[in-house]
Amino acid sequence: MMDFIDMTLVNWSRLQFAMTAIIHWLFIPITIGTTYIIAIAQTIHVKTGDPHWEKVAKFWAKLFGINFAIGVGTGIILGLEFGTNWSNYSWISGDIFGAPLAAEGIMAFFLESTFIAVMFFGWGKVGKKFHLLSTYLVAFGASLSALWILVANAWMNLPLGMEFNPDTARHEMVDFWSVLLSPFAINKFLHTIGSCFIISAFFVIAVSGWYLLKKRNILLAKRSIVIASVFGLLSSLFVVLTGDGSAYNVAQHQPAKLAAMEGLYDGSEGAGLVAFGILNPGKKVGDDIDDFIIKIEIPKLLSLLGYRSLDAFVPGANDLVYGNDMHSIMSASEKMEKGKVALDALAAYKEAYAQGDATQMEESLAVFKENYYYMGYGHLHNPESILPNIPFIFYSFHIMVMLGFAFVAIAALFLYLAVKNRLEKQKWLLWVGIWSFPLAMIASMAGWIVAEVGRQPWTIQGLLPTMVSTSNINSSAVILTFWMFLILLLTLVAAEARIMYLAIRKGPDNKVDEKKEGGSHA
Amino acid sequence: MLSALSHFQLQQYWWLIMSVVGSGLVFLLFVQGGQTLIDVLGKTKEEKNMVINSIGRKWEFTFTTLVVFAAGMFASFPLFYSTSFGGAYYAWKIFLVCFVLQSVSFEFRRKKGNLLGERTYEWFLYINGFLGAFLLGAAVATFFTGSDFIRNEYNLSTWQTELYGLEILFNFTNVALGLAVLFLARTLGAMYIINNVDYSPIRERGRKQVGINAAIFLVFFLYFLVRILSKDGFAYDPITKEVFMEPFKYLNNYLEMPVALILLLVGVILVLYGIGIAFLRKSTQGIWYSGPGTFFTVLSLFWVLGYNNTSFYPSFHLQSSLTIENASSSHYTLTAMTYISLLVPVVIGYIFYAWRSIDKKKINPDDVKDDSGHHVY
Repeated sequence: MMDFIDMTLVNWSRLQFAMTAIIHWLFIPITIGTTYIIAIAQTIHVKTGDPHWEKVAKFWAKLFGINFAIGVGTGIILGLEFGTNWSNYSWISGDIFGAPLAAEGIMAFFLESTFIAVMFFGWGKVGKKFHLLSTYLVAFGASLSALWILVANAWMNLPLGMEFNPDTARHEMVDFWSVLLSPFAINKFLHTIGSCFIISAFFVIAVSGWYLLKKRNILLAKRSIVIASVFGLLSSLFVVLTGDGSAYNVAQHQPAKLAAMEGLYDGSEGAGLVAFGILNPGKKVGDDIDDFIIKIEIPKLLSLLGYRSLDAFVPGANDLVYGNDMHSIMSASEKMEKGKVALDALAAYKEAYAQGDATQMEESLAVFKENYYYMGYGHLHNPESILPNIPFIFYSFHIMVMLGFAFVAIAALFLYLAVKNRLEKQKWLLWVGIWSFPLAMIASMAGWIVAEVGRQPWTIQGLLPTMVSTSNINSSAVILTFWMFLILLLTLVAAEARIMYLAIRKGPDNKVDEKKEGGSHA
Repeated sequence: MLSALSHFQLQQYWWLIMSVVGSGLVFLLFVQGGQTLIDVLGKTKEEKNMVINSIGRKWEFTFTTLVVFAAGMFASFPLFYSTSFGGAYYAWKIFLVCFVLQSVSFEFRRKKGNLLGERTYEWFLYINGFLGAFLLGAAVATFFTGSDFIRNEYNLSTWQTELYGLEILFNFTNVALGLAVLFLARTLGAMYIINNVDYSPIRERGRKQVGINAAIFLVFFLYFLVRILSKDGFAYDPITKEVFMEPFKYLNNYLEMPVALILLLVGVILVLYGIGIAFLRKSTQGIWYSGPGTFFTVLSLFWVLGYNNTSFYPSFHLQSSLTIENASSSHYTLTAMTYISLLVPVVIGYIFYAWRSIDKKKINPDDVKDDSGHHVY
């Protein structure tokens, strides 16, 4: 399919995507979650008529607006980057991957952008109920947008509902519902959107906590914390639950990713879950060195979580690379051979087609179909390359999980003390609240690293390696545009951060009200 | 139900949908046009703010329409997406930068702590306005003039020049459409602001700008139109699918598809009428004629590009050219997408409603004060 692979091009294309995706993700979670918090405050305002709740809604809407703009700007880069930097992928998977993106545009983007104009400019111009509805529609639009893009992403991890068409040389969709309702897609959506809610909750808690430490905007801060801590507690519990579902899906469909997440080199029955561990840095797949320097393990839990059975066999990196006859796991080199047979058969089919040789076409097609499932492996050069970077995935996964559990406790503590009206005295907790925001961001980024880097070497799991997914261009073009976007985006990120900081420091616009309300309770 | 439609019917339907979105996008470029007129229409700070707030309330529509056009092409004609974006690389990346700059500029421009200063964000709006509109026009012109790429038997394309899209600027027909789109956007921008801002000095200057920019637009547009109607076009044989050059292809398409010809004529007349009443009769309603006129004209251009056995994204290496038949998604995917497209009227409906409810009240000096208590750009 591709005769020559330029690894410089592949690596810079990956770097450019990682860079733009990371910067995009700095803003998206707040956009997705904060709208709900704004909508809740605005609902209370519409129900009670209390003007202070309008102020709460307006203040968070202002911060949301600053954040939204740059989220949109970084989003368009990613969408078009599939075409510019991953054009081979875009063709080979476009028949399936394009549809959710278009659905996202038609269903979600217009909803968001239309009603955001009403949300921003509608105060006093449209009726209160229509205005409130608009805020909810913006929130709903953002979540719907997340659904579609995560459906597309889930398909890359668990390609379902399609078959390969040798005439067009691409995967084609045969079942839309199995793409949309794939267990991977549903879990990914719920887990990711939950993480966005946690980040938004801690964003609101961090800003409000800072006000409480500074003894200003007390009422706004307390009211915001009440909403945010309920929101944060529910979503962090939800994320723990969906995290279990995500791990189960990975175990079922991406055993190499699971082995990396757990630093599992030698598979075993009744495998334990590493609660905490330090990997041996010298350890390589296939050697006899100990895998961990230290580890604390919960017996049998990995088998239980991954396969819903205490004694199930969980394959390790060695089993996946070198095969395991006892558990009927095919070695990577055998898969690579079959993959090469598939690619050669496809080439023979194309050749026969060009010469109008119907018999040869039929024969080649039969061989291709028999080995199609291993097609992606035909591009690989060595068996060990079926594994992602194990330490990177292991630590990312464990950081995410530890922080995830901590967020449940922190949100619960905030809610308890807010209800008891004792928050202001707990300075240490307010500081924990402030730090929880960047930590939630880190946990979420770590989750994406597990999902995306953990899928390597594939763009489409098992079927298309990343190295043949790029565009057919000179690497210098990608390097040049990498620097161009890096400089541009970092400048805009710095501007955003400063605007945000000053807007928070300034607080809600009308300071006169705040003085009056300063002493009252939430 | 919809799966009863043939693959070819679905391909035609999706070309129709994409032409509707694309034509809507060209109309909505009035935002970009307006951005290039900030200093011409606004002499004082307050006037400038009024201009920016007027178009600023619409920038997301244009932006979203652009994104939906790209995503729609990805889903319906993925071979175009992979070939053009992955090949005319620099052109699209520069285009992208223009739109990233726009996305933050309205929001950040007057915010404290914006690092670069108000003027820099205005420059960003200028860059987006001038370069964004021009590049879009020039890129679409290559749909008529062709590009230099080779597509292999696996449908993977390679651009044949390392200028990766910058070479489109060496063809005057491309440049002419780029400039035509830019000056059309400026004309529409001026008309929109006249309609939306209730402040006579701005309206007076806007009227003058309609005249100047419309005149320049017409020169380049007429050149482009005459050029494509008189040139050979990229046609393909409906049976063998072989691509060949046909003399007067685009003119023939207009003659063979009378509806497209009528759309073109009605479109051009509406554009001219809108310009006429805005410039000569001081009407504020010009945009409501020239806007739909733009929509109809561009729609007709899309039709002569994609229908009647024409290659919509041609290559100099003729057999590599893309047609709605060889570039499209599968029958199944187009059917699924067609169900989704049934939502388009709903989308247009709520956009119309929300737009009206915000625009009922025109922009005036009070709307742009920092302490107005509202969201202000």
